[in-house]
Amino acid sequence: MVLALFRKAEIEPPADIEAASLRSDRFRLEREVEWQRLDRIVTALEKNAPRRISDEDLLELPVLYRKTASSLAVARETSLDAATLAYLESLVRRAWFQVYGPRIGLFGWLRRFLGGGWSAAVRAIWLDICIAFAVMVAGTIVGWLLVDQDERWYYSLVPGGMAGGRAPGADPAALQETLGTAENSDGLGVFAAYLFSNNTGVCIMAFALGFAFGVPTLLLLVYNLALLGAMFWVFQEASLGLDFAAWLSVHGTTELGAILLSGAAGLHVGRTMAFPGDRSILAAMQTAGVRAAQVMVGCTIMLIVAGLLEGYVRQLVGDTPSRLAIGGTMLALWIVYFAAMPAPKERET
Amino acid sequence: MTASPRAAMQANLSKRARTLVTPEGLSLPLTVGGKGARASALILDLVILMTGTIVVLVILSAIGFGLFDMGSSPDTNPVLQGVLVMVILFMFLARYGYFLWFELGPRAATPGKRLVGLRVAARDGGRLSAEMVIARNLMRDVEVFLPLFFLLGGGQEAGVAGWAAFVWLAVFVLFPFFNKDALRAGDIVAGTWVVEASRAKLKEAMSLAPDRQDTYRFGEAELSVYGEHELQVLEKVLRDDRPGALREVAEAITGKIGWQLGTGDEREFLEAFYAALRGHLEGNMRFGKRKKDKFS
Repeated sequence: MVLALFRKAEIEPPADIEAASLRSDRFRLEREVEWQRLDRIVTALEKNAPRRISDEDLLELPVLYRKTASSLAVARETSLDAATLAYLESLVRRAWFQVYGPRIGLFGWLRRFLGGGWSAAVRAIWLDICIAFAVMVAGTIVGWLLVDQDERWYYSLVPGGMAGGRAPGADPAALQETLGTAENSDGLGVFAAYLFSNNTGVCIMAFALGFAFGVPTLLLLVYNLALLGAMFWVFQEASLGLDFAAWLSVHGTTELGAILLSGAAGLHVGRTMAFPGDRSILAAMQTAGVRAAQVMVGCTIMLIVAGLLEGYVRQLVGDTPSRLAIGGTMLALWIVYFAAMPAPKERET
Repeated sequence: MTASPRAAMQANLSKRARTLVTPEGLSLPLTVGGKGARASALILDLVILMTGTIVVLVILSAIGFGLFDMGSSPDTNPVLQGVLVMVILFMFLARYGYFLWFELGPRAATPGKRLVGLRVAARDGGRLSAEMVIARNLMRDVEVFLPLFFLLGGGQEAGVAGWAAFVWLAVFVLFPFFNKDALRAGDIVAGTWVVEASRAKLKEAMSLAPDRQDTYRFGEAELSVYGEHELQVLEKVLRDDRPGALREVAEAITGKIGWQLGTGDEREFLEAFYAALRGHLEGNMRFGKRKKDKFS
């Protein structure tokens, strides 16, 4: 209380109002204490220090904002004092940004996001998910067929560093070894972190490239899945197809899901750009972009899970049935979450 | 000679001026951030980001090497492993988290933007939501980081594909130059724009100076020479309070209205003239008569 009184005294009361010879200056002097009070509140809000604002000030904020806004409206019609007008415009603008600013913090947003915002956004882009899924399946088949026809395709599809001995006609024992486990969990944390950061980069690119009508996104999906198809062929040739599928499914159901969603998000933006519907292209793209952004944040979360699964679980769990079980469970979990989680209620403001 | 660059600046400013209507029905003027200001904000941010990254990496590697004894590798040394994980996560956060974190704050601006006086705002006048900030910053990856890595990594040496990639990336980089609001691709997708966030201080009221109505009396004819524009120029001159400018303006005004002025009286005269002119113009304003400048 004492502190509050002390603070109030900081705002200098205006000089003798009657001394001002102009009517518009008297108008200003009568109100400037309120303006400066608003200024102080807004400054504290901008500095992200709402605790410095007293309770009364906070309660008064909407009133002060409206008073100042109406002062500006009156001043525009009655005053020719450029400095005062500039001050009021800047103050009302700053207050407007705070009063109508985001009402939800990062953590509140996350809670709302996990509690249904994410799944709702995913459901809203179902058509794009279907398209992206079809493209991914097609990509895998293309990769398979190409290598099946001519083994040399494998070398142009899979970059040398990534193949790591997994070449056509390789010794089945050597292939089996690439599907193996590590003896203990040492060093796997680094691996998981690396995988996460790398894969998220790929997903963000898949989304961002969607801007060009979605075409680059589709190309990226086809290429990545063709690579998978080609590799699958190599293992199938060595009759290790099921083992490879199990090895991949541990993290793959989550990771490919994230890639599918980010590709669909990019496609959603690109498709809206090409076919905005009844609305203006900018308005349509904004809705699509905001929706796609939510899906993308979800992809990051999925990739963290995938990185952990890939870095730890896959390296520690060796046998094919358990791997398939883990992968299948993850897939089921994701599908149930996306399909069944209800959208959060719109809050009345 | 001096008029033309100033006129060009004015034209540029008015080209960037927009109006935003608040829910109270009040129109607020906004200025879209200039391309130069935005570029310098970005460069500042990148410099901050790089300096920060280097400092953190040096510290982390000092920790890493301090605990690094011969014969251990990341596989067996858990501390080194932890440091490596932190390095990877830090690089990731630096690339994607820096802009996101700051633009989600109450000032909706990164340190670079804050330094040049810019902020992000929703284009439709509504509130800026977290999703918008996320969308505009995800797009930043293709607009800023990919071209940057492309240039640093010598991607243009890759022949035709390299050039195709170069042209493709240039489309994103040059995007703001091809629309009137200087929107980059991320702004379009997110429905945001970058506007100037000026802060003004409340200056002294002008008519608090002693009333000199008795010393200087101005008639209707003398006051109707000038309009609002001249009044505001005069206000600026009085607020700046530079003797040379005061003298010049006082001479110009007395010349125009046919008065003689003794030396040393300029400020007094100008204050009196300002108060009288403003009273006159504001009086007319209340009756709906406005005079924009001396020509109208």
